[in-house]
Amino acid sequence: MTAQPLFTVRSVSKFYGNRIGCEDISFDLWPGEVLAVVGESGSGKTTLLNCLSTRLLPTSGVVSYRMRDGTSRDLYRMSEAERRFLMRTDWGFVHQNPADGLRMTVSAGANVGERLMALGDRHYGQIRATATDWLGRVEIAGDRVDDQPRAFSGGMRQRLQIARNLVTGPRLMFMDEPTGGLDVSVQARLLDLLRGLVQDMGLAAIVVTHDLAVARLLSHRMIVMKEGRVVETGLTDRVLDDPQAPYTQLLVSSILQV
Amino acid sequence: MNAHAENIAQYNFAYLDEQTKRMIRRAILKAIAIPGYQVPFASREMPMPYGWGTGGVQVTASIIGPDDVLKVIDQGSDDTTNAVSIRAFFQKVAEVAVTTETGKASIIQTRHRIPEEPLKAGQVLVYQVPIPEPLRFLEPRETETRKMHALEEYGLMHVKLYEDIAQHGHIATTYAYPVKVEGRYVMDPSPTPKFDNPKMHMSAALQLFGAGREKRIYAIPPYTRVESLDFEDHPFEVQTFDQPCALCGGAGVYLDEVVLDDAGGRMFVCSDTDYCEKRQAEGHAGPTGSPGEGEVQ
Repeated sequence: MTAQPLFTVRSVSKFYGNRIGCEDISFDLWPGEVLAVVGESGSGKTTLLNCLSTRLLPTSGVVSYRMRDGTSRDLYRMSEAERRFLMRTDWGFVHQNPADGLRMTVSAGANVGERLMALGDRHYGQIRATATDWLGRVEIAGDRVDDQPRAFSGGMRQRLQIARNLVTGPRLMFMDEPTGGLDVSVQARLLDLLRGLVQDMGLAAIVVTHDLAVARLLSHRMIVMKEGRVVETGLTDRVLDDPQAPYTQLLVSSILQV
Repeated sequence: MNAHAENIAQYNFAYLDEQTKRMIRRAILKAIAIPGYQVPFASREMPMPYGWGTGGVQVTASIIGPDDVLKVIDQGSDDTTNAVSIRAFFQKVAEVAVTTETGKASIIQTRHRIPEEPLKAGQVLVYQVPIPEPLRFLEPRETETRKMHALEEYGLMHVKLYEDIAQHGHIATTYAYPVKVEGRYVMDPSPTPKFDNPKMHMSAALQLFGAGREKRIYAIPPYTRVESLDFEDHPFEVQTFDQPCALCGGAGVYLDEVVLDDAGGRMFVCSDTDYCEKRQAEGHAGPTGSPGEGEVQ
């Protein structure tokens, strides 16, 4: 790990009028590190993720990102053009519902190729070859490259969404409940796949989930949130095996044992 | 103001009042200053339904003067409903001279064609535009498409062309083929066949586009670069016809298919009627009326 964090969050708060979305969140994320944000629904996980990924303007706080040239930039002091460029090159965002992250009316190949074309790639054959290669890497058969995501199962759509984000070789991924709504065997395969990709590409990721098993499998560190605030942070195994905060203890003991 | 003491209702010259024309001229000037940029304007109700060319009519009404000579074409033809009624409209409200000859017109209002005869400096081509936003069918949000234009994020346009090739093996978009104007704005050239796209490039004439329902005006000033979008391995191509016009024998022009009988007989004739008539008057002739095997690609 390098000496400087990739992503620095300082005192980020988001208020919806008088209600708290999230309050006073600070953490660092290092290159290649996967951070899970867990908590029950309504605890501000998604609000936090949106504030970090520039999809929602926080009420206060500083979020900075270390660019490829090594300089650290405050996301909310960048121009919108720079932010959007960052979002579609160096970052990825995986939505819980794949329909939010995919273009449902164009083929899988075009979905994967969109970022390449946005970056100025103008060779159809190469774009298609890259798209087919990426479909293979997320375990979608190459002959589905011209099918629309509408014809895909939930698990395939989610894998397609991941491929679409990874095609530009990003350094940071935001994932909002990446396994939500999938059955357990599909979840397991997706998690396997994600773990492999994260390792191979040296991706850093912030994964929002309410599923502690997902956090356990994917993440190195975790943040436990309740009512918009952080109640506990630490290495994933430590937090799950030896929860300190009463709320984390409740959460861990609520896991169903089969 | 015209002060005819007649019993019919009196309109200002060219129907629109002077303040409205001023507003539209401002929009036109801004559009010319930023080639390809869609300028919003306060489109008025016109005495015809949306879709019949209310945008083009407002643009024409704002730039026309008593000395202008107007030509109106609809799908290349001077004598179809839309062309006839718009021509009659301006004859009535502006009392301008009208013509069907491309060379003699100073203003040409068009629906979906650019005349075959090259336009000259000083001529103005006014397009009637149904949907001015080239990104609309891929991105329904107006806030988002405006942002994409502002930030020059045009990857989505190529997604559409990619999808064409993936489905059909070639770029199957044949009309409203997206162009990039002066290396900056991506623009919808209105539903003209892509056959006409090369004529927009470095045209000597001023090209104005009016969308009445969508309340947008955009323009291509004379001698402006207009490039059709494409892929390196699937370059832009125009339609080709494997036989000349059946009436005038003209080749390298855009042809319309005319069905002759119930037995599959058909012929291909120039879509530009003025061009065709002129050639026939000059003594050119095609294999008139013979059923053709030509295929529109």
